[in-house]
Amino acid sequence: MIKWWKILSALLILYTLVWGMLGPVPHLNILHETIRNVYYHVPIWFAMLFLMGHSVVYAVIHLSKNTLKADIISDQAAQTGLFFALPGLLTGCMWAKYTWGTWWTFQDPKLNGVAIAVLIYLAYFILRSSIDDEQKRARISAVYNIFAFVMMFVFIMILPRLTDSLHPGNGGNPAFGKYDLDSDMRMVFYPAVIGWILLGLWILDIKKRIALLTHKQNEQ
Amino acid sequence: MAPQLLSALIKKEFLLEFRQKSTLAGILVYIVATVFISALCFKKIIHPTVWNALFWTIFMFIAVNVSGKSFMQETKGKGLYNYLYYGPRDFILSKIFYNMLLMTVLSMLTFFFYSWFVGSLVQDLGMFLLTLVFSSSAFSGVLSLMSAIASKANNNISLMAILSFPVLMPLLLVSVKLSKHAIDGLAWSVSYKYLLILIMLNFVVVALATLLFNYLWKE
Repeated sequence: MIKWWKILSALLILYTLVWGMLGPVPHLNILHETIRNVYYHVPIWFAMLFLMGHSVVYAVIHLSKNTLKADIISDQAAQTGLFFALPGLLTGCMWAKYTWGTWWTFQDPKLNGVAIAVLIYLAYFILRSSIDDEQKRARISAVYNIFAFVMMFVFIMILPRLTDSLHPGNGGNPAFGKYDLDSDMRMVFYPAVIGWILLGLWILDIKKRIALLTHKQNEQ
Repeated sequence: MAPQLLSALIKKEFLLEFRQKSTLAGILVYIVATVFISALCFKKIIHPTVWNALFWTIFMFIAVNVSGKSFMQETKGKGLYNYLYYGPRDFILSKIFYNMLLMTVLSMLTFFFYSWFVGSLVQDLGMFLLTLVFSSSAFSGVLSLMSAIASKANNNISLMAILSFPVLMPLLLVSVKLSKHAIDGLAWSVSYKYLLILIMLNFVVVALATLLFNYLWKE
């Protein structure tokens, strides 16, 4: 049975993909038409952060209740989140090529933060694969998950606000922040955020079911 | 948590360290050798950014070597005895504080040898030493927990590096920024913001490590 929110997710993403290209946008210096990337790039990162948050919540649940199911969900959410980093990076790189003139720069704290986040989750999966015992793996990786997420959160959320970023809205660059004033853009941006987060949950739902069934099968 | 217990535990760590002089001596030789190699390679460093980058790279590897081994020596039986007798919170705190003290001293030594062999470009020594102290303690906090995690996962030394490097990155970047300010001799009003972040990170790291270690030690 297809749940209503899955249909909603598909409709919202379809709507924002089409209307994001066709709809009216304000014309700002440097950004021009590339401002449309805010409909794709930013919601994808929101979805990734949401999934990583999901993963941490289940890591906490695992530590407090000690159920393997929570650990499996936590693992799958981290995998799905990392998967979302890929389109997030691709859209960001393409946009950067046209506005900053380079695919990647080490000058920007947000870019560094993302690189570190990807490294952290790769380390998380390596840690998981290096422990054989199920219970032990669940507990230790939950501990690392929580610790790493807090450090990543500090990095992504706090540091860019204290150092100058090349991102729009920071360091005197023309801002996406103006979409808050522009009702045309808001009509696309918020549905896009909801749509991509729901898509993330959808993928997670499928992965979770597969992982739980595999786990059940292995137990027998 | 009794302070006497904590201090006794820290004292125990020191006693163990000094009884087994080879590890401490090994680290000292490691520091001198690394700095000597960089002095030979670079001859004289005049560019502040290069000086800074090299110093913090050396610092990071020393930190991983020093604090990284803090749980490697815990055998299963000894560990169990410690956890049951002292409780996990006192145990991890003693490890962290001991590593903080050791790392602070060793980072000072590193700085001493580094400025002796390679030359010092630091203009604001006070700020630099302050950065060194707080980043040593924050590094030790992170690395103690990472060492505990790695020791549970079959004591894999490369796993230690894989786990801790990305987590250390935010700390390292703040430290590098602060020490660059100290090298350039910028006013404290520019740097205090970063120093506050570093101190705050210290608290976050120690609090998290203490909280999470509770779940880690149980077999």
